[in-house]
Amino acid sequence: MYDFDFAPVFQAWRLLAAGAWATVYISAISMALGLVFGIVLTAMRMAPVAALRSIAIGYIELIRNTPFLVQVFFIYFGMPELGLRLNAMEAAILTMTLNCSAYIAEIVRSGVESIRKGQIEAGRALGMSTPDVYRFIVFRPAIRAVYPSLCSQFILMMLNTSLVASISAQELTYAAQMIDNQTFRSFEVYFVLGAIYLILSQLFSLGLGLIGRTYFSYPTK
Amino acid sequence: MIRTFGFPEILFVLEGAKWTILMSLAAFVVGGLLGLLVALARTSGIRPLRIFAAGYIQIFQGTPLLIQLFLVYFGLPLLGVKVELWLAVIAGLSLHASGFLGEIWRGSIQAVPDGQSEAGRALGLGYASRMRDIVLPQAFRISLPATVGFMVNLTKGTALAALLGLTELTRSGQLMSNITFEPLKVYATVGLVYFAICLPLTLCSAQLERRLNAQG
Repeated sequence: MYDFDFAPVFQAWRLLAAGAWATVYISAISMALGLVFGIVLTAMRMAPVAALRSIAIGYIELIRNTPFLVQVFFIYFGMPELGLRLNAMEAAILTMTLNCSAYIAEIVRSGVESIRKGQIEAGRALGMSTPDVYRFIVFRPAIRAVYPSLCSQFILMMLNTSLVASISAQELTYAAQMIDNQTFRSFEVYFVLGAIYLILSQLFSLGLGLIGRTYFSYPTK
Repeated sequence: MIRTFGFPEILFVLEGAKWTILMSLAAFVVGGLLGLLVALARTSGIRPLRIFAAGYIQIFQGTPLLIQLFLVYFGLPLLGVKVELWLAVIAGLSLHASGFLGEIWRGSIQAVPDGQSEAGRALGLGYASRMRDIVLPQAFRISLPATVGFMVNLTKGTALAALLGLTELTRSGQLMSNITFEPLKVYATVGLVYFAICLPLTLCSAQLERRLNAQG
């Protein structure tokens, strides 16, 4: 019978805490950048210029139909051939952002499509400026409509950061692998790791819900 | 000797793709069977079953696939089960799939109007017959777009087997990259092979969704 021994894992809690912080940090930056880039992609995807639309569709489908891990390897190992040399952390954040933006673009597009034309016309008729129309009538209600899917996408992204350990970006999974190498308590290490990710995903879910309630709590009728 | 990334190397990568496809199919079938049980438990009238299924789904959706694979890989031997790496990976992927498919199918089962099941009950049909003959066939149709969409995710998920050392598509790419020193070409090729496998599924899923929406 195998004797479980979690003590060596908990002794290394500092490593895990630092790793968890790095995971939150990478996720938060890539989510923010991914949201901005994703909205740009949505605009391109719905632009009246066919070339822009094709580029956006090509990009989105390429990203969504290849594994994140291969994208990480492509950026980290492949890009130096083209002269783009990034350290592990930079490569991790860049890949996460590129990956995130494609999924976000698809989600935001379905939100924008749910806005009826009459709404925009009503805004114009009330004399709102074009930026205001986009901000208050298109963008905000569109994001509000798809906010739940956006949140689950963010959480999936956070869980995906575990893969950047493979290029030795120092986040939570990387920390766990170091502890595993020192203690050989593989099962215990990954069990605790799984529990930490579970807690992180609950915290993200809570936090994003809170942001959503603050930003989107305005009357609609 | 440094090799260039030529035809034999591309063939080697395609050999790896065979594993990717086999693993995806195996995990989908096994995960689908388990997932059906999870979905039925999640929608059943028995509260402990519902709570158990909800926890099960929460765990698989709230932890990274990589960690799930590690836990199965390192955990099975602790239970006294000695398995080959590829079996452990398929087991891990299947469990992962069962959590996600369970949740997708729960939604589809609940999307079938209650009246359908009630009418079955009024006609004196038992649970098994109500599910098999009335609810599940309708839920199946509703769930198709999301199910096919998940197959894309599962196929992409098999790439993580590379990190455990199984020579599937991504790992073949790593090996070729190591001997040719042309990672850009190699990973672009690997990416394109995944693209070729996944894009038809993605298009199929979008088509199914359009058809479902059209029928209302």
